[in-house]
Amino acid sequence: MKLTTARRISQVFFFALFIWLCAVTTVGEKFWQQRGWSVNFFLNLDPLGAIGTVLSTHKLYAPLLWSLITIILTILIGRFFCGLVCPFGALHQFVSHFAHGKKTAKLISLHKYHKAQNIKYYILIILLVIAGLGGSSSLMIGLLDPIPLFTRSVNLLILPIIGTSTKITAINRFYQTSLLTLTVFLTFVLLNFYKPRFFCLFICPLGALFGLINRFAILRINRNLSNCTNCKLCNSHCQGSCEPAETIKLSECLVCFNCLDDCKDNAVDFNTAKSETIQVSPDLSRRGFIAAAFTGLLTLPALRLAGASYKDSNLIRPPGALPENEFIKRCLKCGQCMRLCPTNVIQPAGLEAGLENLWTPVMNNRIGSSGCQLNCVACGYICPTAAIRPLTLAEKLGKGDFGTKGPVKIGTAFVDRSKCLPWAYGIPCLVCQENCPVSPKAIYTQPDDDKTLLRPYVDPQRCIGCGICQHECPVGSKGAIIVTPDGQSRENKFFL
Amino acid sequence: MTQNKISRRDFIVRCTKAGFSAAAAAALAGWLYESDPAKLSVQFDNIVDVMNYSTPSVAGKTMSIVIGPGRQTTVTKAVELLGGMERFVKPGENVLLKPNVGFAMPPRVCATTHPDLIAQVTKLCYQAGAKKVFIADNPINDPKSCFELTQIASAAQKNGAEILLPRQDYFKPITLKGAELITNWQILYEPLKKVDKVIGLAIVKDHKRSIASMSMKNWYGMLGGNRSIFHQDIDKIIVELAMLIKPTLVILDGTQVMVSNGPTGGSESDLKQANTMIASCDQVAADSFGASLLDLKPQDLPYLVKAEKLGLGTTDYQSLKPLYAQVTGAG
Repeated sequence: MKLTTARRISQVFFFALFIWLCAVTTVGEKFWQQRGWSVNFFLNLDPLGAIGTVLSTHKLYAPLLWSLITIILTILIGRFFCGLVCPFGALHQFVSHFAHGKKTAKLISLHKYHKAQNIKYYILIILLVIAGLGGSSSLMIGLLDPIPLFTRSVNLLILPIIGTSTKITAINRFYQTSLLTLTVFLTFVLLNFYKPRFFCLFICPLGALFGLINRFAILRINRNLSNCTNCKLCNSHCQGSCEPAETIKLSECLVCFNCLDDCKDNAVDFNTAKSETIQVSPDLSRRGFIAAAFTGLLTLPALRLAGASYKDSNLIRPPGALPENEFIKRCLKCGQCMRLCPTNVIQPAGLEAGLENLWTPVMNNRIGSSGCQLNCVACGYICPTAAIRPLTLAEKLGKGDFGTKGPVKIGTAFVDRSKCLPWAYGIPCLVCQENCPVSPKAIYTQPDDDKTLLRPYVDPQRCIGCGICQHECPVGSKGAIIVTPDGQSRENKFFL
Repeated sequence: MTQNKISRRDFIVRCTKAGFSAAAAAALAGWLYESDPAKLSVQFDNIVDVMNYSTPSVAGKTMSIVIGPGRQTTVTKAVELLGGMERFVKPGENVLLKPNVGFAMPPRVCATTHPDLIAQVTKLCYQAGAKKVFIADNPINDPKSCFELTQIASAAQKNGAEILLPRQDYFKPITLKGAELITNWQILYEPLKKVDKVIGLAIVKDHKRSIASMSMKNWYGMLGGNRSIFHQDIDKIIVELAMLIKPTLVILDGTQVMVSNGPTGGSESDLKQANTMIASCDQVAADSFGASLLDLKPQDLPYLVKAEKLGLGTTDYQSLKPLYAQVTGAG
């Protein structure tokens, strides 16, 4: 079998596996639901998540140890992940193949090395500096890391569209940042029309990481100059634009094996030979490195100058989310919790609390089938970096060993008396009281002055902020009973 | 600059093409032209009268009350007293069971219809020759989680009943003749359309707004849309639902009664052991007796009084001469 055939099989397999693993990320026990499937397989193999969280938290969360396999294999045989495994890369390769014709001369010029390909290294440096800043760091790598990016795009865009249009899923799913998710995803896919695998060549910080660590690769693409007729055909389908016909840029080589196929003179091979025309390290300058590091140092403090706090923007984190500064150091923005959440209440944040919080999980009680369900702890068990800590049901509900600690509080509900039907208009209602799931209820009633009508009150001690009341409130817009992050368990309590 | 002049022939061709294009655009505009702006008036489509699933009444066999600790034995006895399931379900008929699946809570807190009851009634239907038993509800919490956590899904699966999750395409806007609230309102219509018989399986629960949630309140689960708005006039919506759906039979489970913190409960301390199972062809009568399990009189529940006035049933359940029995089996 030709190596390119093997590569294609591998790409199709991993692409299908990726989509399958996203699709089965739903609560349930059927084979097409999340039973024993290792649904974080790709996120665990992604070393950028591991390195990013190591820089930000100085710890390696257990499942991320899998990424060591990727790192070691890359050191030995180069960027196999990009060429053989990466599902986002496979998508780009497919679109590029569709987008450009078969004219060899055009293809050769299309696949020329561009010195702007080193931008991705600078992007990597900027993101790693932001992750490693020290006390105030933030894991923003997930914005561009292809595995979280593609996971998010499939979870929050592709699968909901398929589910709604084919009626495969009984209940439609909604995600509030769909426009942004679509724009980013479609932009990167359509840029393949401008240059094949545009994202991989110019943007991908994961590819950049591989480009930095593949320099000692034992197996490499080599051009045997004694056989070579200098026809340049090996450049014509080169996925990394690393120019095997010139001085091959090893750091750019995606191990796609196309050059082996294109060579008619048996001059190109993937072996351990010592090559005469090879550039091992990427086109990085010391000046560029310093500029990128400086940009990274400046970026996060600059973003935070906007003064947008998650709390004032009403970003309510899912139950089990770590304290905010720890949470933001771990969240990959992969959207796994949003996909798994059975009620669809976990939503991606938009830009309301700045770029730093974009696509982080928040609760929107007005979307989905019903607030945060009392007897559910799914989100903590899927989070690949434990930004949302796995909780047992006993810990969430404050039962058993956790009896003295009390239940995990997500936030607190406030009755908006200017909108609440009994309070504002003297109309009977009490939907919120009826649906409060804690026992004894956190929403209680008292009669009005004429003793003809019951009005709802919230007991902040008992309220866990599940948002079921806000979901069911008949008043439009945000409802007349509104949950805010106040009083949440993961913060020091100064009031409530 | 010298430019090639267009030939006469080319000029005519170009003019003809332009002329046809312009004419086509004008014709299309004329065809689509709307002189009056769209009207704001609401269309009342799908006007329906009562959806009647009842069977002919048999004198003296309208209501039965069975005392005992086990739901499976009490419900079997209660139905037997009324003439057995064969009276209600004929061979080859499709049956819809409408339990209360409102909340994603485990069966031990009794906020939802107990899976044992679902299992037994499904069995009785199949023994009577039912072709297919369906189970449907539009819960308050996430539907799929509700069916699973209440163990109604597993009880259904074990006994061959099919769960119909409230998919968006199962709903249909309905206008009930003579109704004020059910006008153009989304109803879980598809399951009702599929079947020949409908059996309500409700529980007795404390409920702040309607005072008690029993057989009649159980039909609230057939409403879709932003149904919370009906809490402003909850008695009227309960009565209108009784006008819309006339069930074959209602079974009211008072084995464990939720006396406080309803209708969600959440703790076993909210429950009272009452060991009572009611089967009735008259849901007003069933609820009138059920009220006594919460130490209430029928007159305490405005929807029962209203329903009786409209001839939907009687609050004087004693007049139906209910059949009493006592069973001991715990099953």
